[in-house]
Amino acid sequence: MEQAAHHAEHDLDPAVEYSSSKLGMWLFLGTEILLFGGLFAAYTIFRAKFPDMFSEQHKELNLTLGAINTIVLIFSSLTMAIAVWAAQKGDKKKVVIFMIITIVCGLIFGVNKYFEYSAKLSHHIYPSTSIFFGLYYLMTGLHMIHVFVGLSVLGVITYLAHIGKFTKDYYTPVEVGGLYWHLVDLIWIYLFPLLYLVG
Amino acid sequence: MLSWLPENASNLASGVDNVLLFVTVLSVFFFLLISAFLVGFAIKYRRKTDHDETPYITGNELLEVIWTVIPSILLMFIFAWGYIEYREMRYPPDNAVEVNVVARQWMWQFDYYNGKKTINELYVQQGRPVRMVMRSEDVLHSFFVPDFRVKQDILPGMYTQLWFTPTKAGTFELFCAEYCGTAHSQMLAKVHVLGPEAYAIWEKGIGVDKDSAVASSLPPAEQGAELYKQRGCNACHSIDGSTLVGPTFKGLFGITEKMTDGKTITVDENYLRESILQPQALIVEGYQPVMPAFEGILSDEEVTALIEYIKTLK
Amino acid sequence: MSNGTAHDTMAEPSFYEPKGFMSWLLTTDHKRIGILYLVTISFFFLVGGVFALLMRYELLTPEADFLSPHTYNVFFTMHGSLMVFFFIVPGVAASLGNFLIPLMIGARDVAFPKLNLGSYWVYLAGTAILFGALLQPADTGWTYYTPYSVQSQTDVVLITLGVFVLGFSSILTGMNFIVTIHKLRCPGMTWSRLPLFIWASYATAILQLLATPVVGITLLLLIAERTLGIGFFDPAKGGDPILFQNFFWFYSHPAVYIMVIPAFGIISEIIPVFAKKPIFGYKAIAYSSFAIAIISFFVWLHHMFVSGISETAAAIFSFLTMLVAIPTAIKVFNWTATLYRGSISLETPMLYALSFLVLFTIGGLTGVYLGALAVDVHLHDTYFIVAHMHYVMIGGTVFGFFGAIHFWYSKWFGRIFNELVAKVAWFLFFVGFNVTFFPQFFMGVQGMPRRYATYPAEFQSYHEISTYGSWILAVGVVIMTINLIAGLFNKEKPDPNPYGSLSLEWTVPSPPPHENFTEIPTITDWTYGYGKK
Repeated sequence: MEQAAHHAEHDLDPAVEYSSSKLGMWLFLGTEILLFGGLFAAYTIFRAKFPDMFSEQHKELNLTLGAINTIVLIFSSLTMAIAVWAAQKGDKKKVVIFMIITIVCGLIFGVNKYFEYSAKLSHHIYPSTSIFFGLYYLMTGLHMIHVFVGLSVLGVITYLAHIGKFTKDYYTPVEVGGLYWHLVDLIWIYLFPLLYLVG
Repeated sequence: MLSWLPENASNLASGVDNVLLFVTVLSVFFFLLISAFLVGFAIKYRRKTDHDETPYITGNELLEVIWTVIPSILLMFIFAWGYIEYREMRYPPDNAVEVNVVARQWMWQFDYYNGKKTINELYVQQGRPVRMVMRSEDVLHSFFVPDFRVKQDILPGMYTQLWFTPTKAGTFELFCAEYCGTAHSQMLAKVHVLGPEAYAIWEKGIGVDKDSAVASSLPPAEQGAELYKQRGCNACHSIDGSTLVGPTFKGLFGITEKMTDGKTITVDENYLRESILQPQALIVEGYQPVMPAFEGILSDEEVTALIEYIKTLK
Repeated sequence: MSNGTAHDTMAEPSFYEPKGFMSWLLTTDHKRIGILYLVTISFFFLVGGVFALLMRYELLTPEADFLSPHTYNVFFTMHGSLMVFFFIVPGVAASLGNFLIPLMIGARDVAFPKLNLGSYWVYLAGTAILFGALLQPADTGWTYYTPYSVQSQTDVVLITLGVFVLGFSSILTGMNFIVTIHKLRCPGMTWSRLPLFIWASYATAILQLLATPVVGITLLLLIAERTLGIGFFDPAKGGDPILFQNFFWFYSHPAVYIMVIPAFGIISEIIPVFAKKPIFGYKAIAYSSFAIAIISFFVWLHHMFVSGISETAAAIFSFLTMLVAIPTAIKVFNWTATLYRGSISLETPMLYALSFLVLFTIGGLTGVYLGALAVDVHLHDTYFIVAHMHYVMIGGTVFGFFGAIHFWYSKWFGRIFNELVAKVAWFLFFVGFNVTFFPQFFMGVQGMPRRYATYPAEFQSYHEISTYGSWILAVGVVIMTINLIAGLFNKEKPDPNPYGSLSLEWTVPSPPPHENFTEIPTITDWTYGYGKK
């Protein structure tokens, strides 16, 4: 009896747990921004140093695949947001459906990147080819690792939703997972123009 | 003056020393002040009983202001003075002579305005400003002469500079002050500050700097042993059989070697002489063509001495 | 006058129950996780110390007769990397912070206990990678400057990867602590009643969050350069070696404050207790930690005054460097003033705290030398820097850390250590430390460069004294360690509040039960109410 009472006291008040988790995720996202910030800083420095290299070599990038990926990711953020909205309503089925769509979008992104990279490599364009391509591979590569991590996390959350872990009073992981996914999308929205578009 | 400082041997030294001394005086003062209070309080207010009465003092705004403002003023003063002396170091006078410095693992090469080259020995004239224009062939190095109070990192792909006017004749130590790999601590050189007459003689000297020539009263092999260290050969060629940047000297004389162009040669006096003066002519297979040329840097006598030394290394 | 509930007299099992190896490896109890970190970081401290002793032994003579130059270079790389990344950066925050933060704010645990365990596992993963790096240990120095770190034939990738992984642990812990401090304070624990160790932990956590990702990306770029041949730092490929230094120090300067601010927090806790006085200038000390944290992001270029930077940049950063000295000085003055008209008792924790004040002052003042441009040109990359950094890191952080271990020992372990032996150990450590490092200031002014396996004969006397000092220091540390471990086997039960502290962690049993508090306390006053009527 005493054990149960202690155990109950040890669990945080749900409101505290919810706001704690959100604060924690926002802080973590801040660190991700700094991580990529270093790469963006390197991009800025080298672009200022070699403007011609950047304007010449970015033309080698596959604009079509890049644009498709951008649309796919933005769409996946939309479906993720809908999943969170559904979670707030306690609508388990919609949560699962929209999270699955989100994950599928992420997988499409991955497949596109596979095509993009293998095309580059078969044209003998490697990270060591130039600083521009080094940045291209590093920035998109690091981003893709984050996409895969995000997909794993979303996968776990989808499974938890499917087995009924979430209610309209407790859906913190869905929301917090959604925040992470939005960041992954946001980073791509900066990467795409800087690498593919700006001449 | 104070013997804890190195020699005051350049025009820049006094400026640096003055700031350093000022900061020292301030530091000693504040350190003693704080220590006196700490020790004094610890003794005077030592606990007497387990129920000592202590006053409920939580702070004092005036004190906070005082001990914020006074250190701030002193620190700003130190910044300003340090900056002023630093500016002196950054602007060489127009009449400074130039010496090009090529730093490489693990030796110093100095190329002078009149075509002379020296390895690990820098020659400058007392009283005459000199500007070092420096670059590295490989990794970061740093030109540091404590007695002159000068230091500047040396980079690959970019020139850096420093300048000074040596004020005392003599020989001073030059260290590499940026970690550059295995023999970083052995990347040493000597700065020879010569009076005007001695410098003029050196300046006109053809080819080789006789002043730094190792005493030729030594037998050639021993002279060679000294040169092996002085001229930086030890940075790349071992004498114990281990492979460094270049082939080892141990057991080198008389063997046959395969070259990168396919030729096979026997290591004899002529081959060694060519390898020292024009090393790029023939490269042993498996090694990189990175050895600097000593033509114009070593005299015939010195080359002979080195060859004799190598012969003794069985 | 006292806060919270009277200490618990119920026979509740301590957090050491249940026993069992797996229950420790899978624990989510912050107090246990603190011990896990304490054991691991202590191990790396001792190993890093052995490297240092071997280096100092080599330096008894000018020639490289004991260690070859390459081995010496590997040793200073290992010493620096282990001490900085595996001991001192995680150090105080992860061990003491984990144990104390929930207890001090009246919480049962941190905000994310499972993530807390995860942080520790990530730290272990980093150490595992380090062991792989020992096969061909790096010889680049812990600063991994390019181009040498790209060219060195040693294994630079594995050790930097290990450090990268460690960075994650640091980030997750920092995040956990910030959320804990924000969300889990007990009723009445307002911001102005927070113990100063909590303020310090908060400021440290911000640095951990903001600065660590930058070293992460820096090392990733270095690894990419070595493995993929990208030329960010290679002039032959259009890159810039100084870019590495800029990225590296952007993290590593704030990192030194990650190392020392927790120690500031410890001193703020110890001195009021052993002087029976409230901390003097609570707000000044609390806010100065944040001022230091913020300014610390804007001074990194002072590590690069002779790297080939512009005059303007040098001037700006010299000015900013002087600024960061001001809040630091304010703290020292306030701590000293706390002793005024106190009732001062010189038990071991107080001895460490007072020596911190003396030694950290020396370390801080010698930092002023280095912030002054003209002086730094002469002193950069000499033993003056070595002495300065060890005065702040050992004289500051380690002295604070050892003081803390002795102070909270009875609460954390439920045991008592031998006070006389502890004092002897402190004395040897204090004397040994000063004999080792004080001569190095003079050596540096004379021009003795750092990272030198061999040196000119004129420096030998200084080096000899320094080495003898290192032996005294080592004896002190060994005696202290043995004493602290021996105390664990002493069955005598400690007084739950032997030093008469008013802070919340002393209201629970020694050692505390798993849930910390029977009832979450309600606070009505700050924890420095000594002498209040």
